[in-house]
Amino acid sequence: MEHSDHAGASHGSYRSYLIGFMLSVILTLISFGLVMNGTLPKAVLLLCICAAALVQIAVQLSFFLHLDASSEQRWNLLALGLTVLITLLLVGGSLWIMYNLESRMADHVQPAMHSD
Amino acid sequence: MFGRLTLEAIPYHEPIIMAAVGGATLGGLALLALLAYFGKLPYLWKEWLTSVDHKKIGVMYIVLALVMLLRGLADALMMRAQQAIALAPSEGFLPPHHYDQLFSAHGTIMLIFVAMPFIFGLMNIVVPLQIGARDMAFPFLNSISFWLTTTGAALLMVSLGVGEFSRAGWTGYPPLAGLAYNPGVGVDYWIWSLQISGIGTLLTAVNFIVTILRMRAPGMTLMRMPIFVWTAISTNVLVLFAFPVLTVTLTLLSLDRYLGMHFFTNELGGNMMMYLNLFWIWGHPEVYILVLPALGVFSEVVATFSSKRLFSYTSMVYATVAITVLSFSVWLHHFFTMGTGPNVNAAFGIATMIIALPTGAKVFNWMFTLYRGRVRFSAPILWTIGFIITFSIGGMTGVLLSVPAADFVLHNSLFLVAHFHNMVIPAVFGYLAGFAYWFPKAFGFKLNDQLGKCAFGCWFVGFYLAFMPLYALGFMGMTRRLGHYDNPAWQPYLLVAAVGIVVIMAGVAFQVAQIFFGILNRKKNLDLTGDPWDGRTLEWSTSSPPPIYNFAVLPVVQDIDAFTDMKQRGVAYSRPEKYTNIHMPKNSAVGVFIGMFSFMFGFAMIWYIWWLALVSVIGIVVTLIKRSFDNDTDYTISAEEVERVESQRFQQLATAGRES
Amino acid sequence: MSAEVLSAVHQHAGEHEHSGSNKLFGFWIYLMSDCLLFAAIFATYAVLSRNYAGGPDGKELFHLPYVLGETMLLLTSSLSYGFSMLAMHRGDRRQVLVWLAVTFLLGLGFFGMEIREFGELIGAGHGPQRSGFLSAFFTLVGTHGAHIVFGLIWMAVMMVQLAAYGLTAVTRTRLMCLSLFWHFLDIVWIGVFTIVFLMGVM
Repeated sequence: MEHSDHAGASHGSYRSYLIGFMLSVILTLISFGLVMNGTLPKAVLLLCICAAALVQIAVQLSFFLHLDASSEQRWNLLALGLTVLITLLLVGGSLWIMYNLESRMADHVQPAMHSD
Repeated sequence: MFGRLTLEAIPYHEPIIMAAVGGATLGGLALLALLAYFGKLPYLWKEWLTSVDHKKIGVMYIVLALVMLLRGLADALMMRAQQAIALAPSEGFLPPHHYDQLFSAHGTIMLIFVAMPFIFGLMNIVVPLQIGARDMAFPFLNSISFWLTTTGAALLMVSLGVGEFSRAGWTGYPPLAGLAYNPGVGVDYWIWSLQISGIGTLLTAVNFIVTILRMRAPGMTLMRMPIFVWTAISTNVLVLFAFPVLTVTLTLLSLDRYLGMHFFTNELGGNMMMYLNLFWIWGHPEVYILVLPALGVFSEVVATFSSKRLFSYTSMVYATVAITVLSFSVWLHHFFTMGTGPNVNAAFGIATMIIALPTGAKVFNWMFTLYRGRVRFSAPILWTIGFIITFSIGGMTGVLLSVPAADFVLHNSLFLVAHFHNMVIPAVFGYLAGFAYWFPKAFGFKLNDQLGKCAFGCWFVGFYLAFMPLYALGFMGMTRRLGHYDNPAWQPYLLVAAVGIVVIMAGVAFQVAQIFFGILNRKKNLDLTGDPWDGRTLEWSTSSPPPIYNFAVLPVVQDIDAFTDMKQRGVAYSRPEKYTNIHMPKNSAVGVFIGMFSFMFGFAMIWYIWWLALVSVIGIVVTLIKRSFDNDTDYTISAEEVERVESQRFQQLATAGRES
Repeated sequence: MSAEVLSAVHQHAGEHEHSGSNKLFGFWIYLMSDCLLFAAIFATYAVLSRNYAGGPDGKELFHLPYVLGETMLLLTSSLSYGFSMLAMHRGDRRQVLVWLAVTFLLGLGFFGMEIREFGELIGAGHGPQRSGFLSAFFTLVGTHGAHIVFGLIWMAVMMVQLAAYGLTAVTRTRLMCLSLFWHFLDIVWIGVFTIVFLMGVM
């Protein structure tokens, strides 16, 4: 006996998957293109590729994983939010700690001042 | 063929160890023979080892915890004895090689193989009942988790007789835990027993989170859940986020040891300090994982034995959630002295002080609950009061240590050792309170309360004797993990501490007696109503022990303390009009096989028996894939069968004089 | 069928649906723990990313066009898996199998390219034993690759189960869990190519 699938979550459509795919391709090409091109100053480049990555993650969460604020997805969204928070705390804290330790080591070279 | 395993791995030349191994082996074989003689082995296999029932799995977890407690206490006894006599020129009776394994094993056993199984055992038995569910969300996964934990414990136990255990402490810091300084099997035993049991624990966390969020009885909103369930979900959220970090940490150390990588080596770009950072990102939440369920037990016990609703349920929930979130913000306080600057140290020091506040709020709530309640001073309440006093002292020494400048003097001294035992042992008081409280529910008869009180008395007095001297010793400059010393001023304190552990052992003896005589006299102490304490939460509405399906009809909840509310409304024991079929999962041997293959894998990796490791992995994968093709994993209990069981229950209630 | 049997079947079906959605939620929760797993490895990589120990750095080792190729394979495999899910919701077993096979091949292609890259690096003496940076690189990328292998095995098993049992409540739930897993891996890869390859070359 076949179940009609109404298990709550939205399933997307050909259109939404293709949109998600195209957006992801564009964002990927932007990131690779900018780095391979190499003309932008490093700080700006860093910002761009991080922003592109975050946007692409959001795109894939939305178009591929169907994550939204609907009632079926609410707990999933909350779980993800908590995960992101804890991740930022742990990764950010680790980087702060380890950089601080490194800066107090004898062989540490102070970062050069920016000239631009 | 056997990797680096040879007959030399058996420690023939160490009489103490050979005696222990011999005793344990003979005892184990004798037990097995007895069980076989009385025809209990098929029963054990069918009803317990292959069970996917949360109540049975919970009991097995606690049995594991209690067995490992005996081993951990034996280690403690030996260490105390050694320290009591090893004042120069005496070197005691334990060479450093052995002593170092003792403190490493003691810590690993107590934290990972006593405390963790105990809390997961209690949560397994109680949580589905308290939320009005029939079982956990994933009963089959539950079984796998249990067997993975048991495998970890088994590997640790085997290390006593085959090879050796780690000598790098329960924390396993590189470079000592690295290949250069410890190429032998000890550290590998430690790694694999933690790694394998850690996976089991992580899977359990997924299980509890889904169970608690998705399987509560109708009407039980989050803010109507028992506090024990709140602490259970918080604990499991901590596990969910912390244990992956332990998995990574151990894996990176393994990659260094097995494949010569450079995560934590001194040369070629390793960073040993990153190990401590990663380890304690797990390690700090771990200690909150250990304490939160105990706090949950106390909330239940205080309310029940005061015959009063818990004071300020809402603030209890917020305090629990606050502790959960804050526990991810303090980990650096375990390595203030590693070299971070004052800003970093101060930030984590302040965070550490802040986290003491919600726990304080909980203590006040318990005291306000007890105040003006009709308090029954049974063993569970005594454990609670013992906790409140003792944990508060430990918490205060913790705040003292959270001042980085103070910690610079006291780090890794016996002051620290006293502090953390002052936190963990009161947590054990919580588990023991839960044990006494829920024992009748699990087994259908009550334990002797007098013996329970004697046990508490011994544990309480023994704890203070064993650990208060350590605070003084810390101030006097004694560091931790010392197998022998030359300062005569230390010895009197160590002698008092040795007396303390003996008193604790007396407490354990009382508990063994409690169980022994409890079983012997069980017919005289039957719990006929399922509600021996005038309980307030749903588990007390079932029979003791509950039927396999827990609830014939899922209860409808209207308030906090759902069962008290039902009693007050006169619907506590109402008979339903009709019963329906109940769908239950079948028992499965897969968990046992996964445990077996995992043990083989761990052992093979430790001894470099690569072919066996490969075979074990294939075994695990094949077993799981095979299981996924199994369509016959459930069975149905007919409505008639349910009615029969429930009628017996109502008859028993009538006999006991308890009706709706 | 009698009313009682029908209602029992429905309750049974209802339970399956509940258990299916519980399984999906449980798998999502597991994925949250996997996020932490990768986060810890990313943090380790960040800390060790400049520890070249006199050996090669990312600029010397990474070929961005090659990585772009890998990325496109994986991204396309996410799209094809999406098509597989759409077919599942339509109840079209054959199409599900077709798109699963496409996904499998694309995933295998990705993994093959990764193995080739690893092989070249190791062959040239730039294996994980060379430096802390390389240990972290191989472990981070390798952990993602190990997850991909696990997903491929799961996918193969699902194709067998679909052939044997068709689209049942059980196989649908499993396909949906695999969907979460597969898309999750592509999301992690976004982090990998950005932080390891793109930043490594800069």
